[in-house]
Amino acid sequence: MSYSTKVIDHYENPRNVGSFGKDEEGIATGMVGAPACGDVMKLQLKVGKDGVIEDAKFKTYGCGSAIASSSLVTEWVKGKTLDEALAIKNTQIAAELALPPVKIHCSILAEDAIKAAVADYRRKREEC
Amino acid sequence: MLKLPVYLDYSATTPVDPRVAEKMIPYLVEKFGNPASRSHAFGWEAEKVVEEAREQVAALVNADPKEIVWTSGATESNNLAIKGAAHFYAGTKGKHIVTVATEHKAVLDTVKELERQGFEATYLEPQPNGLVTVEQFRAALRKDTVVASAMAVNNEIGVIQPIAELGELCRANGTIFHVDAAQATGKMPLDLGVLKVDLMSFSAHKTYGPKGIGALYVRRKPRVRLEAQMHGGGHERGMRSGTLPTHQIVGMGEAFRIAREEMAAENERIRMLRDRLLKGLLDIEETYVNGDLEQRVPHNLNISFNFVEGESLLMAIKDIAVSSGSACTSASLEPSYVLRSLGRSDELAHSSIRFTLGRFTTAEEIDFTIRLLHDKLGKLRELSPLWEMYKDGVDLNTVQWAAH
Repeated sequence: MSYSTKVIDHYENPRNVGSFGKDEEGIATGMVGAPACGDVMKLQLKVGKDGVIEDAKFKTYGCGSAIASSSLVTEWVKGKTLDEALAIKNTQIAAELALPPVKIHCSILAEDAIKAAVADYRRKREEC
Repeated sequence: MLKLPVYLDYSATTPVDPRVAEKMIPYLVEKFGNPASRSHAFGWEAEKVVEEAREQVAALVNADPKEIVWTSGATESNNLAIKGAAHFYAGTKGKHIVTVATEHKAVLDTVKELERQGFEATYLEPQPNGLVTVEQFRAALRKDTVVASAMAVNNEIGVIQPIAELGELCRANGTIFHVDAAQATGKMPLDLGVLKVDLMSFSAHKTYGPKGIGALYVRRKPRVRLEAQMHGGGHERGMRSGTLPTHQIVGMGEAFRIAREEMAAENERIRMLRDRLLKGLLDIEETYVNGDLEQRVPHNLNISFNFVEGESLLMAIKDIAVSSGSACTSASLEPSYVLRSLGRSDELAHSSIRFTLGRFTTAEEIDFTIRLLHDKLGKLRELSPLWEMYKDGVDLNTVQWAAH
């Protein structure tokens, strides 16, 4: 498997790795995938009172393309509103990282992680 | 100075030993004769060295040279043995085949092809240590079992199947017993004077010989017969037609001669290195050895590094050449069928790395490998949500995953 230079860059220097503190406010978490399938992504968004994503962090169990897809997404969502973040499509991620066909599922997983995190945020807001 | 990347994938293939390569070269240029040419000195010379090589291959496994048939490799040997015997004896014995779920694909897919042709097959699931038991095998054999096939040494986890005992069962049952020994030659003693094995497959390139050449042992006493799969000039007593590649055969003969003479000392050295690697890697938290450690050739170490996915680990350790049981590189996303057969969880199967050591592996390379894995695993586990959950005391089996 040969990787694009962008995948290798994100893999070797992943952006925004980590988790937010459990007590921090405005945190939404999306966890998608399954260990049995070989990839699990956890995406966390820190959303300001104005509904804009101030910060994002990720942790990913998976191949280099899965790690790169989630790293890229944390960069892209920052400064976006939730609706703008939801507009990010897997095809844009795949194109940016030049993912080969067998790795398209990694970009789909990254898109799903955004959706799951936003859904988590909106659910928590309703509960308040 | 350490030369990078470090090669630790000797079960995929081995380099040709320089002594072997040197011996092969004259048979490409000056001594190019066809061993089947009976009418001149070029042919006689080629035939002579082909027969000498046959003796070397036979000597490694204590067989008669007349029992050795040249093929293109272990895949062809497996095909010829299993299809050839099944077809020859189906009419008199029956159409049932017994094999093991962790065999190489060259055996499994051959048996599947026979199933399409109307044969019936039993695939034995090994125990969690990778071994089939004699009892399992005994229970699977039927009156109409025409062929049974079990590998001597598993290519992924290096475990040694109890072929001596399985051979006794097959002989008593009138079943032809085939053994794929591609990963065994030079790694463990094989004595066909004692083993009740009827057919045995060999490959040159797993034992420091060239690629593209192999052999099949076909027992003469009691005589085992095969239906040819390749038809033509009637070479190899009609069992495998095709002009013999003299230089390849000379290479295989020399490689097997070296294996016979140096095996005992070499394996002790490799066992020391393997133990050093094992000790260095088991220092890492949440690591598991796949396959039995005792019934195993010293060349193989297959380890699962929990909570880290195999392909990303391979990417992190690209300074060493190893292979992973995670097939995320293929379209299937399936982890190794061998590890799954052992009952390993999918995540442990996805997290496995196969290290295979060989003739040219050094202690320096092993120490480098240990350091590299310690470094990179730490980094990848910092990235892993599963590791974080494990450290927080979450039981991953209780999590509802959004499977995709």
